[in-house]
Amino acid sequence: MKVIVPVKRVVDANVKVRVRPDNSGVDLNNVKMAINPFCEIAVEEAVRLKEKGVATEVVAVSVGATNCQEQLRTALALGADRAILVETDEAVQPLDIAKVLKAIQDKEQADLVIFGKQSIDDDNGQTGQMFAALAGIAQATYAAELTISDGKATVKREIDGGIQTIELNLPAAVTADLRLNEPRYASLPNIMKAKKKPMDKTSPAELGVEIKPRLSLVKVEPPAERQAGVIVDSVAELVDKLKNEAKVIPS
Amino acid sequence: MSVLVIADHDNSELQSATLNTVTAATQIGGDVSVLVAGSDCGGVAEAAAKIDGVSKVLVADNAAYANQLAENMALLIAEVGKDYSHILAAATTNGKNYSPRVAALLDVAQISEITGVVDADTFVRPIYAGNAMATVKSSDSIKVITVRGTGFDAAAQEGGSATVESLDSVHDAGLSSFVGAELVKSDRPELTSAKVVVSGGRGMGSGDNFKLLDGIADKLNAAIGASRAAVDAGFVPNDMQVGQTGKIVAPDLYIAIGISGAIQHLAGMKDSKVIVAINKDEEAPIFQVADYGLVADLFEAVPELDQAL
Repeated sequence: MKVIVPVKRVVDANVKVRVRPDNSGVDLNNVKMAINPFCEIAVEEAVRLKEKGVATEVVAVSVGATNCQEQLRTALALGADRAILVETDEAVQPLDIAKVLKAIQDKEQADLVIFGKQSIDDDNGQTGQMFAALAGIAQATYAAELTISDGKATVKREIDGGIQTIELNLPAAVTADLRLNEPRYASLPNIMKAKKKPMDKTSPAELGVEIKPRLSLVKVEPPAERQAGVIVDSVAELVDKLKNEAKVIPS
Repeated sequence: MSVLVIADHDNSELQSATLNTVTAATQIGGDVSVLVAGSDCGGVAEAAAKIDGVSKVLVADNAAYANQLAENMALLIAEVGKDYSHILAAATTNGKNYSPRVAALLDVAQISEITGVVDADTFVRPIYAGNAMATVKSSDSIKVITVRGTGFDAAAQEGGSATVESLDSVHDAGLSSFVGAELVKSDRPELTSAKVVVSGGRGMGSGDNFKLLDGIADKLNAAIGASRAAVDAGFVPNDMQVGQTGKIVAPDLYIAIGISGAIQHLAGMKDSKVIVAINKDEEAPIFQVADYGLVADLFEAVPELDQAL
């Protein structure tokens, strides 16, 4: 069974981003970049499936500029077998990425595509579902547990009210939530080995996909700042403030 | 212009997030219709017809929609929605599950978790866990949107008298099936719509200790939430998580107890009107967003607060 894992290059989760003074976006100059944390969980899950003997090959795919190779190397160091970079300097939106991945899937014929549930930059949470729609296959978002048996995937999903279990025909698209697993650290020997693993390059045009952004960015602004508060000395003072100053509890 | 709102519900009750979504729809303008897809969901359709501002309710009552499976829902919504200028769903786990699928079927973009409507094509949405607010403009003929409840007031549950129309179109993609659900039952208000939220973090020390929060929650009619650290530690179930990847809340009063205030937690609650933090670590980042901070051992302060209320 072949597994594809799409990975995204994003600002490192520990970086606090700043909005550019001209409101044209966030400042990404000299900012540390990393593999999107949810994509990392997706890679880990695919590698575990291979270690269990369920998957036979794990293919990492990224769509973006040349430097996305760094994140593909991270995926290879975590245990993916090979990588595909779909190179483009254009700003790609989720629907474009889903179309590119659909074209890859048409060639690769994977049984399972594991996505991160969202990326921590744009917070869209769309690509996995869009891919599943274009490929006409089943989907399970917010996966907390994934089991493959008898040609089906059983997925426990984190939903608003608790946990939901669904069964999917394969091929299927699954999007990884936080508690699906805890990704391993890539060991130094594996990082070295990853440098020799195959990385193919292609482009949206070669795959027959036209990049067509539908949304334009008008402006980006910092969020409203909260006023600094006060430190109270006692529970009694706190209750008094809540009743008489903030008036959020009945006095 | 006409807006289709997809109702979020469990076949017996309409989720309150749908009311906030209707408000977003009325801000966009034009006729507002609500699609109720489910099984034995007549009560939900009646409730939807009473929402102020809704002119038409469309009901697709069939076993195929009983569990809101994305494959079936998306086929139905794309079919019904192609005649509308906007398709809106609440940014709940249901809405976020099927909306991108609908957008792809219609070959349009999806705009996630809007918190503001500028005009019929232009919307405001948080990016980078709420550390920046983006204004985006869509060039698509149909806008598929998910709506973050905290950005919009709830529409009135009474006052409307929409017509109710049955749809007989059945889409069963046959790709997935519902196996079961473990849902947490609670008599407390729902986390995302409660006026008061009391949340515990890793500082609570154990799942049992969360019972300490019950007294305060009872007295304030509050929902109980948790930080990701408390959920990851297994103290409480995932549906209680407040944060970037959990629930986004903006109550009148948010009381954070034993929560340090990681960026991803702040992303889920920093739009609350009044924030109270109780933590024994005076350096905890939560104090930087709190209106009232109390540096204290929660195991002493919480029972004292319970007494004082």
